Amino acid sequence: MTIDLKTVKHISKLARISLEEKKAEKLADDMNSIFEFIEKLNELKTENVEPLTSIAETTLRFREDKITSDNIREKILKNSPEKNDDFFVVPKVVE
Amino acid sequence: MTEITSLSLFELIKNIKEKKISSNEVAKSFIDRSEKSKKLNVYVTENFENCLKLSKEFDNKPNFDLKLPGIPIAVKDLFCTNEVRTTAGSNILNNFVPSYESTVTQNIWNEGGILLGKLNCDEFAMGSSNETSFFGNVQNPIAKDLVPGGSSGGSSSAIAANLTPVTIGTDTGGSIRQPASFTGTVGLKPTYGSCSRYGIVAFASSLDQAGPMSKDVKDSSILLEVISSFDNKDSTSIDFKRNNYSSDLTRNIKGIKIGIPKEYRVDGMPGEIESLWKKGIEYAKDCGAEIIDISLPHTSYALPTYYIVAPAEASSNLARYDGVKYGLRSSGESLIDMYEKTRSEGFGEEVKRRIMIGTYVLSSGYYDAYYLKAQKVRQLIKQDFDQAYNKVDAILTPSTPSSAFKIGEKSNDPVSMYLNDIFTVPVNLAGLPGISIPAGTDKNNYPLGLQIIGKPFDEQTVLNIAYSMEEKINYKNNITDWWME
Repeated sequence: MTIDLKTVKHISKLARISLEEKKAEKLADDMNSIFEFIEKLNELKTENVEPLTSIAETTLRFREDKITSDNIREKILKNSPEKNDDFFVVPKVVE
Repeated sequence: MTEITSLSLFELIKNIKEKKISSNEVAKSFIDRSEKSKKLNVYVTENFENCLKLSKEFDNKPNFDLKLPGIPIAVKDLFCTNEVRTTAGSNILNNFVPSYESTVTQNIWNEGGILLGKLNCDEFAMGSSNETSFFGNVQNPIAKDLVPGGSSGGSSSAIAANLTPVTIGTDTGGSIRQPASFTGTVGLKPTYGSCSRYGIVAFASSLDQAGPMSKDVKDSSILLEVISSFDNKDSTSIDFKRNNYSSDLTRNIKGIKIGIPKEYRVDGMPGEIESLWKKGIEYAKDCGAEIIDISLPHTSYALPTYYIVAPAEASSNLARYDGVKYGLRSSGESLIDMYEKTRSEGFGEEVKRRIMIGTYVLSSGYYDAYYLKAQKVRQLIKQDFDQAYNKVDAILTPSTPSSAFKIGEKSNDPVSMYLNDIFTVPVNLAGLPGISIPAGTDKNNYPLGLQIIGKPFDEQTVLNIAYSMEEKINYKNNITDWWME
């Protein structure tokens, strides 16, 4: 199986990373060599193996549904590249 | 008296408690040496002024009951530190100043540690040579233009060059143990769930663990005791009885059974790694351990499994960097355009590559073939270890398939870079504790490490074996301070 340029461009759309044509070609090559290496897993029969989804406890702990932090709006907004008093600001979404 | 910066953590604590040196003197010594060591490029952000101030405050009102009384400590720049810039080695977080503290670093400050600064690392901990950092390469103090390993490369270099008494790194596929091996230092990855992941910039959440890096095994035991804790803020933190790792440390390992997995004799492994391993087996025997041959049949599938699981989790974790809530924002004509440009300009090549792989293996129609398949093989790898541990208490392997390489030597070939982690990755997939200790040198006089892997939550046995072998090996780094002006 090979990953072609069209697939790389589709994946970059899904990943929200813009790609120049030249970089896309290099990435396709890199991905193909990495997937060639990954294909080794097909040697193994795994029909009857349970997938390992977590190495830790399988059930998550419950906690009380209560607020543990004070009003931290300022702290949350502090690192935003663009904001007004109360909100994150983004480019216009609705025309 | 020996220079302060070459003392071990244990000796520093002793001297401070006996009032032979002050916290401020210690801080000054490490800062002076760090100022003269800029060429190594270990620091992304220095906290020197504040460190000096806090050390004085400690000296004015000392508390010698603490486990790290007034000890200055630099940490990998992957741990969020309140009001101190945290970059994860990435342009996208270049200006990020957290308003909260990671649990692991908080544990260190609670025991009297003082932040010296934030150490360079591969971008989002993705790399094995520190060459993917936005803040440039780190030099290995062993020799000029040699990589310090990665991703905790700033940490390993800082320890080897005596720029911090101890440090903490993170290990997703070998990022503590491989750099420790490359720099002739000690690095321990604890059992998954031992040290809280809260406040650590996430890479692959089912694999990431924080752990100590130090000059010797005893120092790692002291630091592990401080950082290992149950934490409600991490949903995979595990509540188990933790040892007093440093006071329980012993060289009595008589009768301990150590397994030697035949599958770790990989094709093309240099002869000097093979002979180092053989020497290690003899040292373990000398310490009273019983050596048993074991098999971990799925070993060769660990790296391909890792390179599905880790990028998949990374692509999901790194979706948060969208230029809205924090970090870099590039301008775009629409929201989507802004996202795409921000992520394209903010992430480096290796991070993009892994996000792309992860997005691909999780995309519609491929999930079963890749991600589910990898999770099943991960189960088989874990079962290998479960079965081995019916027969043995620990496992001894080389830490890496080679010594440190030159900067630039492998950066154009991702697969050859990934092969660095061949002996360390299975330990993360199975969630086990593992330590790398320096054990010898290759023909260039570059350090080589041995890895001891333990049962889940049995860090104590891992430390005890390492502590015993360390004494027999008696390794000394020969560092000439070549980088000093």
